[in-house]
Amino acid sequence: MAAETFTARIWVLGDDIDTDIIMPTEYLALKSVEDMRPYAFSPLRPELAGQIRPGDVIVAGKNFGCGSSREQAPEVLKALGVRAVIAGSFARIFFRNAINNGLLLIECPALRADVADGDEIAVEVGKAITCKGKTYPIAALSDNLLEIINAGGLVHAMRRRNGLE
Amino acid sequence: MGMTMAEKIIAAAAGETCVRAGEIHTVELDLLMSNDGTTHLTIDMYHKLAHPRIADVSKLVWVVDHNMPSDSPKTAASHKKMRDFAREHGITFYEGQGVCHQLMMERHVRPGQLIFGADSHTCAYGALGAFGTGVGCTDYLYAMVTGHSWVMVPESLRFCLHGRLRPGVTARDLILTIIGRIGANGANYKAMEFTGEGLATLTMSDRIAICNLCVEAGAKTALMPADQVALDYLAAHGRTPKAVYTSDPDAVYAATYDIDLGEIVPVVAKPHFVDQVVPAADCVGTPIDEAFLGSCNNGRIEDLRAAAAILEGRHVAERVRFLVVPASADVHLQAMEEGLIEIFLRAGAIVMNANCSVCWGSCQGVIGAGETLISTGTRNFKGRAGHKDSFVYLGSAETVTASAIAGEITTADRLPPREV
Repeated sequence: MAAETFTARIWVLGDDIDTDIIMPTEYLALKSVEDMRPYAFSPLRPELAGQIRPGDVIVAGKNFGCGSSREQAPEVLKALGVRAVIAGSFARIFFRNAINNGLLLIECPALRADVADGDEIAVEVGKAITCKGKTYPIAALSDNLLEIINAGGLVHAMRRRNGLE
Repeated sequence: MGMTMAEKIIAAAAGETCVRAGEIHTVELDLLMSNDGTTHLTIDMYHKLAHPRIADVSKLVWVVDHNMPSDSPKTAASHKKMRDFAREHGITFYEGQGVCHQLMMERHVRPGQLIFGADSHTCAYGALGAFGTGVGCTDYLYAMVTGHSWVMVPESLRFCLHGRLRPGVTARDLILTIIGRIGANGANYKAMEFTGEGLATLTMSDRIAICNLCVEAGAKTALMPADQVALDYLAAHGRTPKAVYTSDPDAVYAATYDIDLGEIVPVVAKPHFVDQVVPAADCVGTPIDEAFLGSCNNGRIEDLRAAAAILEGRHVAERVRFLVVPASADVHLQAMEEGLIEIFLRAGAIVMNANCSVCWGSCQGVIGAGETLISTGTRNFKGRAGHKDSFVYLGSAETVTASAIAGEITTADRLPPREV
């Protein structure tokens, strides 16, 4: 199968972006994740949620998603239409939660230092990222994780396996 | 080549004789804990399944603690969804009885078990020699429906504890010091194992505080061998081990750290990261607006006793709110029987029911813009305790109590003598 490729506009964040930043406790009581969308990243950059357009990519430093196990964090990124998160590294619980919600995660420690908000990147999933003429190799995701991501999350993947979707 | 504790517990849960770090195995779970942070999402997904079923309802423990009691109609609806589902399916269900991890330690966890909790601080269960790890609500749903899940066998970091903590220095100072040293992702995907002769000097309360906070270094789990201290705690709570594991002498570790407990000093974690750890002495004089004693990390009877001993005959500073929140109803009752609650109230503290409180920025006591909190909670992320432009310092029960009295960050040994 040919590797999936896409281009995207990026938003650049720092190290240790925790799940309270991605989705603050204050808004978890809202009725749905759609209602939470405007408040994503609000403690850090209140304007960011309004700037993100479907298909955009978040680029961050190390330990993205550290902290609470709240699944509203990857869910709200999906709801905003974030195409992928590229970070130096991911915290463990967020990593599983993101895959389980069909959100593509890519580890690429070198990218962040070279890029800024609004830059365009080209991603060849499992192979490389290209930005401003420079190419950054990335690791391949295992087939079973790709299956979950492409199905839109673990629940959809289970339904697909059982012939329900 | 021998196995670590983490490898032994996963091997048993996977039905294998030997597993190695880095391998992925399908494992059967012993217990599945979930709280009102995300259980309503699990229930919504459950109803979307074509053939919803619960693999083994006796393994499920559900706790309402994050917004207990409910503070809005929305929260009340979420709790009702959880309560009704638990009743319909016969799930063990607590509300108002305490913070989930404290209840799990008091009533459910047994050495040798492999436990998923839909809460990041599930790693606390390692204090009883159990492999507890936090997951999201989708992973939880999968385990609830199938009875199993997949885990990658973690590498282990070994922390050999030597000597004993000096008076006035706590297990919380120790684990914050370790997190400061290895960093907020220093143990990402790994198990943190604590061993060495110094372990025997630590109480169960100390051990829970240490294991509970390991996720703040990114750890997948924390583990301590279930020694006599742990087995005595277990027996006192009417339970027996599933299995008692210790790591083999030739087990392989990613790294080993030798820690002299006698060198640990009172520390605080500064805003806005748990690994921004400095000696408490460096922050003395920082004005505070609120102090919080409680949470799954530091709301046990030992913490309340330490706080009451400092507070007796003194008073909370005039412009400071001091929130005291026992980690469970049992802790609250015991504190009443020991006369601690009276000491808190007479000193001007606010005693609240057992819940997660301001540690996660909900329940009551959240702080406003520009305010500063010193807390025994688990995290000090930006906005964690309320407004995005507020500040949270983490410290021990002793440091938090002393600061509540002084109205600024200080340590107990710096307080002026009581007025006679």
